[in-house]
Amino acid sequence: MNFQDLVFFTFASVLVLSALGVVTFRNPVYAALLLVLAFVTSSGLWLLLEAEFLAITLVLVYVGAVMVLFLFVVMMLDINLDRLREGFWKWFPFGAVVALVMAVEMGMVLMSRQFDLESLPKPVPKDIEFSNTKELGRLIYTDYVYAFELAAVILLVAMVAAIAITLRHRTDKKLTNAGRQIAVKRNDRLKIISMSAEKKE
Amino acid sequence: MDALQQLFVQIFGHDWGIPLSLLIKNLLLILAIVVPLLLAVAYLTFAERKIIAYMQVRVGPNRVTFFGISWLKGWAQPIADAVKAVMKEIIVPTGASKFLFIIAPILSLAPALAAWAVVPFSPELVLSDINAGLLYILAMTSLGVYGVIIAGWASNSKYAFLGAMRSAAQVVSYELAMGFALVCVLMMSASLNLGDIVAGQQGDSFLNWYLIPLFPMFLVYFISGVAETNRAPFDVAEGESEIVAGFHVDYSGMAFTVFFLAEYANMILVATLASIMFLGGWLPPIDMAPFNLVPGLVWLMLKIAFMLFFFLWFRATFPRYRYDQIMRLGWKIFIPMTLVWIVLLGAVMQLPESVQRSFPLNLWFG
Repeated sequence: MNFQDLVFFTFASVLVLSALGVVTFRNPVYAALLLVLAFVTSSGLWLLLEAEFLAITLVLVYVGAVMVLFLFVVMMLDINLDRLREGFWKWFPFGAVVALVMAVEMGMVLMSRQFDLESLPKPVPKDIEFSNTKELGRLIYTDYVYAFELAAVILLVAMVAAIAITLRHRTDKKLTNAGRQIAVKRNDRLKIISMSAEKKE
Repeated sequence: MDALQQLFVQIFGHDWGIPLSLLIKNLLLILAIVVPLLLAVAYLTFAERKIIAYMQVRVGPNRVTFFGISWLKGWAQPIADAVKAVMKEIIVPTGASKFLFIIAPILSLAPALAAWAVVPFSPELVLSDINAGLLYILAMTSLGVYGVIIAGWASNSKYAFLGAMRSAAQVVSYELAMGFALVCVLMMSASLNLGDIVAGQQGDSFLNWYLIPLFPMFLVYFISGVAETNRAPFDVAEGESEIVAGFHVDYSGMAFTVFFLAEYANMILVATLASIMFLGGWLPPIDMAPFNLVPGLVWLMLKIAFMLFFFLWFRATFPRYRYDQIMRLGWKIFIPMTLVWIVLLGAVMQLPESVQRSFPLNLWFG
């Protein structure tokens, strides 16, 4: 065991433990924070694999943006655990079947030829000037350009749909128009009248 | 350093000695960055109080001094403040989640310090010269909001929670504009490495800095930076008038001070990044005799101080934004502006080479 192994096992055990915590913690806020920890440690594992672009993007996108919004929502929920646990046993067989199918599928993928350690070539460490941001960009915008553009369009559609769902046309709202506010002149608001001085009788 | 490495190899063997000696070396280098930074943070609070005081025709702190030296009056104020904060009790409110309550200030300070790992102080002086430096900076600054959110939730108080919600929405909105503004810098320099970004601005004078071609992006970046650090006029997360003090209303003593330090450390970070990405980092304003003899580090510090002055100036000048106006500025003005500028910059970069080599485009593209 050398230093790199130590780092790997530390990250891996923290990752597994925090992922377990995500599904076992009662409090959804703790679960979400443990998910953040899981993302950060898995990005550490990717850094060990010299995938610095993916590792940092994972932190930037999932930890920095997605999970912030997620926490935002979870913290505002008033979750009643007793009501959530109603009907647990009624749905348990259904959930168990889904979990079993997923486990079998993952097993089939991971035990297939593609993931066989013998058939895979050992990755060669790249030299320090190798920029995998550049390599990834080249692949995305040449070989996989259609898949990439398609993904972008699907995301755009989802975004437009989300905005359209929340858009309500209210007729009673009062909007301020900053342009008109600024353009207001003194004479629009104020009338100066000349008035003779009042005398005390 | 070689002697240290040999010593470690002798004690721990080849496999462990080299990483451990690297670890010790990096820890020492980190201390060499963080200690001056924290001193700068302490004296930034002093500078803020003095500068705002003079702007408001007051004197500011002018009592505490070192060893009774009369011309240093006021200069020991940050030290006295720190000592006072350490002495105070940290009160954990009833019903608060204790672990998260304590860890929240740490989570807000740590990313602000961690981002300094990739900041180049001069061509050779950088702790970690990584390829994806800009991306790393963006990732670290986006982590800072966790401290605020967790503090707001863990305090078990409605005021703190409202402050956290405001802050989360604001930071996420302005991060987009900030990221897009930096995409322009990255397009100009064709690199994510901060050292390369500064090197790309090298030339005869300040005309080569990205400030000139990317001036609107500089404004977007800097204003977004002010919004990200929750500074006035975007400090609705604190909003004394309506939510008391926002997310840190229940904090006291050192826990509160760490939030305070994090805010100022973030300010210095934003000022540094603005200097590196738009004001040419360590480069002198004019590349000739008296100017280029000054060390690059001095120029960088001057630029940082210049940018920091704006933070203080804003705070003394502008009233606080209304929340819906903050959102309008972020989403409806800054993001469209950056999108237009990205397309425009892309079009300029696609111009034929002969056009790019003519004045004034040759300053930045040639």
